[in-house]
Amino acid sequence: MLETDLIGRLRLSSIPYQSGIVMGATAFMILVIVIVLGSITWYRKWGYLYREWLTTLDHKKIGIMYVIVALVMLLRGFADAVMMRSQQALAFGSARGYLPPQHYDQIFSSHGTIMILFMAMPFLTGLMNVAVPLQIGARDVAFPFMNALSLWLTAISAMLIMISLPIGDFSRAGWSGYPPLSELRYSPTVGVDYWIWALELTGIGSLMTGINFLTTILRMRAPGMTLMRMPMFVWTTACTNILMILAFPVLTIALALLALDRYLGTHFFTAGMGGNLMLYVNLFWMWGHPEVYIVILPAFGVYSEIVPTFAGKPLFGYTSMVYATCAITLISFTVWLHHFFTMGAGPDVNAIFGLATMIIGIPTGVKIFNWLFTMFRGRIVFPTPMLWTLGFIITFTIGGASGVMLALPPANYVLHNSLFVIAHFHNVLIPGTLFGMFAGYTYWFPKALGFRLDERWGVRAFWAWLLGFYFAFMPLYVLGFMGMPRRMEHYTNPAWRPWLEIAAFGVLLILAGIGCQVTQLLVSIRDRAKNIDASGDPWDGRTLEWTVSSPAPVYNFARIPHVHTRDAFSHQKEKGLVHHRPDGFHDIKIPRNTPLAFAVGMLAFGFGFGMVWHIWWLAAITFLLTLVCLIVRGSSDDVEDIVSGAEVERIEKARYRELSAIGADDQSRYAHHQPAHV
Amino acid sequence: MTQPRFARLARILPVCGLALLSGCSSFPLFDTRGPIGEREITIIVIAFCVMMIVVLPVFVMTFLFAWRYRASNLKAIYAPHWGRSFKIDLMMWLVPAVIVAALGGLEWQATHTLNPYRPLTSTADPVEIDAVALNWKWLFIYPAEHVATVNQLVFPARVPVSFRLTSATVMTSFFIPNLGSQIYAMPGMRTKLNLLANRPGIYTGRNYQYSGNGFSWMQFEVRVASRRQFRVWLAAVRRSPHTLDAAALRQLERPSINAPVAYYSSIPPHLFAYFIALFHGRPTLPSTLVRNGER
Repeated sequence: MLETDLIGRLRLSSIPYQSGIVMGATAFMILVIVIVLGSITWYRKWGYLYREWLTTLDHKKIGIMYVIVALVMLLRGFADAVMMRSQQALAFGSARGYLPPQHYDQIFSSHGTIMILFMAMPFLTGLMNVAVPLQIGARDVAFPFMNALSLWLTAISAMLIMISLPIGDFSRAGWSGYPPLSELRYSPTVGVDYWIWALELTGIGSLMTGINFLTTILRMRAPGMTLMRMPMFVWTTACTNILMILAFPVLTIALALLALDRYLGTHFFTAGMGGNLMLYVNLFWMWGHPEVYIVILPAFGVYSEIVPTFAGKPLFGYTSMVYATCAITLISFTVWLHHFFTMGAGPDVNAIFGLATMIIGIPTGVKIFNWLFTMFRGRIVFPTPMLWTLGFIITFTIGGASGVMLALPPANYVLHNSLFVIAHFHNVLIPGTLFGMFAGYTYWFPKALGFRLDERWGVRAFWAWLLGFYFAFMPLYVLGFMGMPRRMEHYTNPAWRPWLEIAAFGVLLILAGIGCQVTQLLVSIRDRAKNIDASGDPWDGRTLEWTVSSPAPVYNFARIPHVHTRDAFSHQKEKGLVHHRPDGFHDIKIPRNTPLAFAVGMLAFGFGFGMVWHIWWLAAITFLLTLVCLIVRGSSDDVEDIVSGAEVERIEKARYRELSAIGADDQSRYAHHQPAHV
Repeated sequence: MTQPRFARLARILPVCGLALLSGCSSFPLFDTRGPIGEREITIIVIAFCVMMIVVLPVFVMTFLFAWRYRASNLKAIYAPHWGRSFKIDLMMWLVPAVIVAALGGLEWQATHTLNPYRPLTSTADPVEIDAVALNWKWLFIYPAEHVATVNQLVFPARVPVSFRLTSATVMTSFFIPNLGSQIYAMPGMRTKLNLLANRPGIYTGRNYQYSGNGFSWMQFEVRVASRRQFRVWLAAVRRSPHTLDAAALRQLERPSINAPVAYYSSIPPHLFAYFIALFHGRPTLPSTLVRNGER
């Protein structure tokens, strides 16, 4: 009994020794951790790490850490994809492949969970952090502490998923976790609990991100920046935040009810005893469909920044784009039922949700044409962010078309649950979200870190990804028409096999793409002196983030800019006001570093782990300590540091010298922005 | 020179056509053997063609604009301040809206006519079959005949089949790709499906909703027979030595993968209701259900 009190359900046998793959992955994980911790110790960077990163409340650094989480989890999620594709290429007929069903089922469940919640979400939140305050001329976000809290909650939720590999198992109920399969009766192990607590904790993080950035955008814009003068990425971020605020609580509640079923024996979603599994399915997709737009709208925003920059002209139909974004935000709450047309709803219900789904295609189509007409009569250059954008436009259009097909209930009746659906949503999410994130990563990398990414490896990565995408996912459309269901660990139909082999080849190409990206990062760090962004404006940008140095000073703007038009920096370039020097400098308040957000994150990890394994004392203590941390933070008034005017002046003067040295403050350099040039 | 080339082409073309046609058998969605699936695939084809009205211009414009307005092409017009045009704006809202309106009309009408619950009009009385998803196999009950089968579904061609479906386990989905219309089978609940096969044939149906370990193997054989063949088959099932008594039922409810086809010559009455009642705290043994006939 003492054992159970002390370590709950945890036993030595919870470690899956017998699975070579899991143990290999664990060994690799431990190796990476040892190397990272070892290097930090070797180079004596613990103090630096603590001062500059773990305790920081600076949105720019928080943004970088979000992107690091996203990239690490991208590798993990992609490893899952490689295993799925290779298993399906092998496990035909008498061959059983190398993954038993109980392992394969965990892999597809974790792949979906990770890619949406721990790759796409932190990636877009990272880009928001890096770009939004700078784009609106703000010195930080509205709630810097809450921002750090969001980051650490997301990071430790990702850790919970990672630790489910060596300790226990992960959910086998799919990323959507439909009951009753996810109920205790059919999933008695801790796998589903890991899934629940990871999503609960990261969900709270996302909700806080939504509140934080919406407040920032509504309250902290530079004077003169009206809503209709905001950069489009700020608009899409604002709409995403609204979706986060409205949708994430639904997921939190649905999973809390499922947790009550599993922990206290209630019957919200059980089969029978008054439980209703259809209620869960509705609640899940009431979050799940807006979630699709949560991950896609910021990418639309990124493209809307990139196309004008590289076409050298303003975004076409800005107003249309704003209304299209708002329309998508609104309609995204009215389409959730299209995820289960086959659940037996009446024809009126199905027809209405099908119609709403097609209607959401209208504003999405408008956006595509907006980008195309931004290119029209431009002077287009094609660095990697622009390549990702073009790859997106072509590929996403195909995904959109297959989406309209799925929106028709009678078509859905024969395509639902087939690989056609898998092909469709990867066809919208990979170009629609991931390419956008890669484009944004390349675009804002110099702003975040002060040097550009290597272009050659970037181009290689793009082509490998693009071709890899087509090879990996077009065969899945074909397999959908061949009647192959999703989530099969084994099959007997010989006609499917060649297509699955082509898809596996596509994954190899994507692997090459990821290899190029890793190389790109390493090469860029090696050659950082050569790729340095001294001007702070490496792309001839149009918005405020390019007016400050790269990386931006801790206070972002020495003087808050006044905005008179859209594309505020372009306007300065037109008027010959680039890097205009202010008369004097003032003291600037910045949020003071605190270890409390990181501490709450670690405590939340302990809480999640305790809940998963029924280690009640651990859960109780960590929960109480979390409350203590929050109360301590909440009751301290002295939470800001001051950067003195003299210090600001020193930093800014150094920057002006640097700008003069490279001639970036020479107004004639921006002649092509001036009307006379036309 | 041209003569033999044409001749070769003439020889090759029919071969290609044949290859395409025979290839169709691996595409059960296109190889439809019933009116429901036929109409559903027609809708997919129509939607595909309509979507091309948007997709193709996007393709053309992307490549055209990217090429024509490349920075190195100084001959192309450059309008660095141009960012709005009422006409273009109107077009890009209007064209997709018109397409959606047109598709929407089709969608509304087709969703109603292809409602899986809608009984099919036919001169023949429908065959009633109850399908029950078990871990990981299908039980098919022929209530009017008081027989049942496992993993084999047989019914006559040109006669509507009226299914009632439920699950004795987690959520599952019943689908025969050659015939069309998938529907969930869920524990404690009943869904309905109406299908019709045009001619005899052998197909595969399966569970399409992931349901745990044995999901990949949860498929069944579908034999669409002539009416005479169907009667012969029913007689064979009735001769089966196995009956679906309490012991056999408990055996069925135990999880198994790749279960062989089985026939039961007699079943307890209310069997379908029993599977639904399993989840509602009502009597759990079929013997207690042996009361008045349900129908």
